[in-house]
Amino acid sequence: MPIVKLNINQQTYELDVLPWVSLLDAIRERLLLTGTKKGCDHGQCGACTVICDDKRILSCMTLAVMKNGAAITTIEGIAEGDELHPLQKAFIEHDAFQCGYCTPGQICSAIGLLTEGKAKTREEVKELMSGNLCRCGANANIIDAIMEVKEGGSREQF
Amino acid sequence: MSDQSSVGKPVSRLEGRLKVTGAAKYAAEYDAPNLLYGYVINSTITKGKITSIDTSAATAVEGVVAVFSHENRPELPWLDIKYADMDAPPGTVFKPLYDNEIKYNGQPIALLVANDFETARYASTLVRFEYEEEFFETCLDNNLEKGRDAKKGIATLLKPPPPAPTGNFEKAFENSAVKHTAEYLHSTEHHNPMELFATTTVYEGNGKLTIFDKTQGTINNQLYVANAFGLSYKNVRVIAPFVGGTFGSGLRPQHQLFLCVMAALELKRNVRVTLDRKQMFTFGHRPQTYQKLRFSTDENGSITAMNHLAIGETSQFEDYAESVVTWSHKLYPAANTLLEYKLAPLDLPSPLDMRAPGGCTAMHAIECMMDELSYKLKMDPLELRLRNYSEIDPSTGKSFTSKELKQCYLKAAERFGWKDRNPEPGSMTRGNKLVGYGMATGIWDAYQFPSRIEAIITKEGKLIINNAVTDIGTGTFTVMTQVAADALGLPLEDVTFNYGDSQKPFSMFQGGSAIAASTASAIIIAARALKKKLLKKAKAISNSPLKAAAEDDVMFKNGTIRLKKDPMSVVSFQEIVASNNGRPVRTVNMGMPHAFKLRKYTKATHSAAFVEVEVDKELKTIAVTRAVSAVAAGKILNPKTARSQITGSMVWGISKALHEETILDEKLGKYINTNLAEYHIPVHADVNELDVIFADEPDELINEAGVKGVGEIGLVAMPAAIANAIFHATGKRINKLPVHFDELL
Repeated sequence: MPIVKLNINQQTYELDVLPWVSLLDAIRERLLLTGTKKGCDHGQCGACTVICDDKRILSCMTLAVMKNGAAITTIEGIAEGDELHPLQKAFIEHDAFQCGYCTPGQICSAIGLLTEGKAKTREEVKELMSGNLCRCGANANIIDAIMEVKEGGSREQF
Repeated sequence: MSDQSSVGKPVSRLEGRLKVTGAAKYAAEYDAPNLLYGYVINSTITKGKITSIDTSAATAVEGVVAVFSHENRPELPWLDIKYADMDAPPGTVFKPLYDNEIKYNGQPIALLVANDFETARYASTLVRFEYEEEFFETCLDNNLEKGRDAKKGIATLLKPPPPAPTGNFEKAFENSAVKHTAEYLHSTEHHNPMELFATTTVYEGNGKLTIFDKTQGTINNQLYVANAFGLSYKNVRVIAPFVGGTFGSGLRPQHQLFLCVMAALELKRNVRVTLDRKQMFTFGHRPQTYQKLRFSTDENGSITAMNHLAIGETSQFEDYAESVVTWSHKLYPAANTLLEYKLAPLDLPSPLDMRAPGGCTAMHAIECMMDELSYKLKMDPLELRLRNYSEIDPSTGKSFTSKELKQCYLKAAERFGWKDRNPEPGSMTRGNKLVGYGMATGIWDAYQFPSRIEAIITKEGKLIINNAVTDIGTGTFTVMTQVAADALGLPLEDVTFNYGDSQKPFSMFQGGSAIAASTASAIIIAARALKKKLLKKAKAISNSPLKAAAEDDVMFKNGTIRLKKDPMSVVSFQEIVASNNGRPVRTVNMGMPHAFKLRKYTKATHSAAFVEVEVDKELKTIAVTRAVSAVAAGKILNPKTARSQITGSMVWGISKALHEETILDEKLGKYINTNLAEYHIPVHADVNELDVIFADEPDELINEAGVKGVGEIGLVAMPAAIANAIFHATGKRINKLPVHFDELL
């Protein structure tokens, strides 16, 4: 089997995986980093979003073997130790989730969106976050949380 | 009540950190040694029989461990009752892999088990089935004449059949000054929670199983597994602390649970079965329902007669029924009513409760009918509702335990700016958009289920509350911790609420907006008993400063009992436990609805929704630009999580009115848009300004907590309010949901 070298959350893993294994399944089932979610396995819901070489990608639409040598950040690597990322804090403060299942993908996608720097307005943020579905209907709170961070960092109210 | 009371405060979710860091584990995320992966194989025909199965190509694949089908499944009970869960409708429960009969397209017919997921998925495509196909019926529209009364059963308790007719509908309708007749229809909907249905079964040996499952009821599924597989209850533990959304789909044990447990027991191995998104369309759904309404009023707008007929679809094997026609007369008085509900059995899986089942179906029709009448009467739609406002339940003559619907109407209308509405359809514009304002009423039951609470004070003086209930994203964990903290006068951080585990004391499944009322009331009852016990033990301590204290003389604050008159006379919880030889002080109590006291009352939540839509003048695309919902639901325990329940439901309302539908190909008898690209739900770009108002509605009667539940009520009024706003914008009445923009062209 091919050996794939993945750098995930600044840790290097060497994995024996067949070419048909998606990056998502490699992360969840082989490395047991289950924070990255599977909602459709077809690139239709965004729950599996991770950050790969500073870009947000759908890990279910990516084969693990395609990312040999890539630097990947999953939701488990977003906080700095115990210190949550401002987006994570804002998600809690704005109640930007209910069941929590789409949340890792929303947060990784939002980090990617802020890095891209394309979205200037609330409407543009909504549009460019629309690949991440939320069935609980927390949409407005999710966008509120992202806008707060985008417009000047987190508030310190915890 | 201590000054640090937390009920009523917007406390952020206590499990928030776990959810934003990816540490919260869902059913498919528990590791187990040498785990096997099961992949479900589904029928590709709609009705008939399997005549042969060829597994040779599949089992030749390296890594395939077993293929289970009706031909080689283990011996299982044949009695239906053994498979009946707490939410089973009347009829014959579906038994996976029971025989060769195919009852619906997508029916699970085999489970392939392999060493890894990819092999299981691939090898499942190599299993060959021969079928003998039979004629089927899956189209409700073609089978309305088959509608018949629903069979009665245990489920009838929560969903009573329609009340008997009152007065003489036909005569009164005929003789009324203003009348309207209309038909309504909505498409099939599937719950589609973001988390796929999954079960991880850990085989512990000696008939013992630990099951991580996606469910709304840990005990419901524990009983189901124990009964179906002949295991003792204590040996089956179902754990579900994090559940990635359900919306009703987890009310019944689903087939991946059955198949996963079967494989684990047969192979004596740890097994995981996860459905894929397409397979999420192979069990319960909101049934397509046809409705015909005939309402009439006198010249002043007072309703004289109401006829509401609903025909819903069900499967050929279970009579899944909803309360559809019971709502109009709970809301509006009329001397003449004719309320009829029928079921048409089709070759489909059994439908299943989906957020506000029956209620949002009914209120779409009823509240669009009211809008039609308001135009015929040339009366403001809100004025027509107020003209027919009833302080009592007109269908029974009983009082409500509380009803602040009028407050909802007035506050929401004010916040929305309803007075600025020009009633003429198509009269309001904004650039190249037609603007429409619409409103509607919502009503939902306020249920309460029995719930059993274990409450413990530890030697550290902290409180532990144990209950089997789940938290499907509603905020149950947070809110129940708040209730428990206040009940014992403790800060939040001194309370641990253990939940989502069938080994904890009894809870019903989490549904019907009943759990906040059920669990909170039980916690309050348990806390009272625990306080009594603590005081008794405090008094027994030698030289106790509370020796002569009665219950009314003391207060519980910050882990101590103090004399109200002399707060320096104090005994701490830690001292009490120490004097109890270090044994934690514990009570177990049952919370029950006050059925006898409440028999003279109707219990309901109410809401009013006001919606603005924009419709593009040329393209006719529709957007809900803003909406205000006012909700009367008794005491609001946590305004932050409760508000999210309502805004979430409002998004569901937008979805039902404009987006979601499962499309059935009636020639193939199967659902065809079984993925999230073609099954549309609102995305971020579809959701605009949503505003929530909670009416002030104290309710001393309903239960110990004064709580009614907010899981469904936010959805009920929205679809009609949106349809009415579309009429106001365009002058077109579209009575089939979801409304497609091409119907406005």
